[in-house]
Amino acid sequence: MINTKITIAGITLKNPVMTASGTFGSGMEYGEFVDLNRLGGLITKGVSNIPWVGNPTPRVAETYGGMLNAIGLQNPGIDVFLERDLPFLNQYDTVSVINVCGKTVEDYVEVVERMADTKIGMLEINVSCPNIKEGAIAFGQNTEALFHITKEIKAKAKQPVIMKLSPNVTDIGEMARAAEAAGADGISLINTITGMKIDIHKRKFALANKTGGLSGPAIKPVAVRMVYQAAKAVSIPIIGMGGIATAEDAIEFMLAGASAVCVGAMNFVNPYTTIEVIEGIESYMKKYGVKEISDLIGAVE
Amino acid sequence: MSQAEETKGNLKKKETAIVSLQREIAPGIFDLWVKTDLAGNAKAGQFISIYPKDKSTLLPRPISICEIDRMKQRIRLVYRVQGVGTMEFSRYQQGEEISILGNLGNGFPIDKTKGKKTLMIAGGIGIPPMLQAAKDTQGEVTFVVGYRDQNLFLLEDMKKYGTVFIATEDGSVGTHGNVMDAMKENEIKADLIFSCGPLPMLKAIKQFAQEEEIEAYLSLEEKMACGVGACLGCVCKTKKVDHHSHVHNTRICADGPVFDATEVEI
Repeated sequence: MINTKITIAGITLKNPVMTASGTFGSGMEYGEFVDLNRLGGLITKGVSNIPWVGNPTPRVAETYGGMLNAIGLQNPGIDVFLERDLPFLNQYDTVSVINVCGKTVEDYVEVVERMADTKIGMLEINVSCPNIKEGAIAFGQNTEALFHITKEIKAKAKQPVIMKLSPNVTDIGEMARAAEAAGADGISLINTITGMKIDIHKRKFALANKTGGLSGPAIKPVAVRMVYQAAKAVSIPIIGMGGIATAEDAIEFMLAGASAVCVGAMNFVNPYTTIEVIEGIESYMKKYGVKEISDLIGAVE
Repeated sequence: MSQAEETKGNLKKKETAIVSLQREIAPGIFDLWVKTDLAGNAKAGQFISIYPKDKSTLLPRPISICEIDRMKQRIRLVYRVQGVGTMEFSRYQQGEEISILGNLGNGFPIDKTKGKKTLMIAGGIGIPPMLQAAKDTQGEVTFVVGYRDQNLFLLEDMKKYGTVFIATEDGSVGTHGNVMDAMKENEIKADLIFSCGPLPMLKAIKQFAQEEEIEAYLSLEEKMACGVGACLGCVCKTKKVDHHSHVHNTRICADGPVFDATEVEI
């Protein structure tokens, strides 16, 4: 028998496979393809206190082995989330995690407080979206700002707080330590890497926003390295992500120090990726006689 | 096929299709027939996404359905080679297995055509989806189609279902100019418009339909990632607050690609 259960900040996931914020909506669209009950957890698209319209189009562009996006956190806001998305999520036996975004600390706290009496299992705080002008990444590229917002949110949060970190920093270990020092229950990384693409035929930017966040298999080695560095820096659990396409990729992140993983851009490439990763992890455990999946966390030698 | 891929009863699915025929019907324009059981539920105006095999090009390419052969379980896709993905597709041979996602999007409101004179206005690579729309229409059909030059792909197919008026950019066939010029020159009237093509053309049709008070449905396109409504990459501005997004943006892939012209701000 193998045990794929993982506990993060007191919340038990049936397996370590989750969905990366912004790639899976609130689960409705991909519920047509996969049984959401099989997921370890489902992390929603960013939710703000009021509806956000997002950026102009084009918002997405393909790059070698990856993609750029500059959606700009378009979302219907917390009222619609509570009325429509949350009841949908509540039907499933998976840990629902809301990704929270905002322009000010107060915006974040408002959403966090409204989650208090819900079945949401964890809060993932987006301080790392590279595609909006105010908020988000502004809190995630400076240790003092990150410490401050984490502390404010922790003071109000009823669920475990996971701070989602940006790779667009000089020292990821320093950012991870700031989140931990402020009381974060965990961290997730990496968000997308800021990038750019130019259409040489039209001499125009591929994205209306000019810059966008790079995701997909192209960023995986960077993400594995950063998860490893963060794991060396802190003792709180880490949710690792960045280009995971297969179970082998997921295991690599766990060996680097992640307690759980997220499938992101690859949902767009193969809507069944999450399930294939879950099944592949089980096969790996059987093949190598790994009885407890937690034995893989940080087990790189 | 993995266990996950076998999930039954789903409306949309990723599956393996078999190339049954492919030929180049005009320079850079390819006519691809694939065998797929998605044909059973496919509708005119919907689209299929094809996944390139080259793993450096990850995202599925959305291509509108040109024709559906429900009996033989085949779907026809006519596309233009535009980049690395479509370049790969153009090399697919008969019998080759390809990975597709479908059926995506809403399709044209065919039930509105009953007893009406429907005008199919299309330009360039916007022409293909009009063919199945015309086949399914329950009334009189007139096509007004714009091409660059004398490479009049799909013309013979369209003639089977209605009268065809042509405009060419170089003036080699029909009206010299665009579809709007052909409309004026031939004094074309209609009760209903279905349209697909370049954005400037769609803008002109939206304005024309408004002035003439004709109901019009436009098939839009945008750079897409997921194709199923999750990523919010392919949005279009809307007149009213959208029912799903709760902002003035609608998802072209999931809530379109066909929209009532009065509802979208293009």
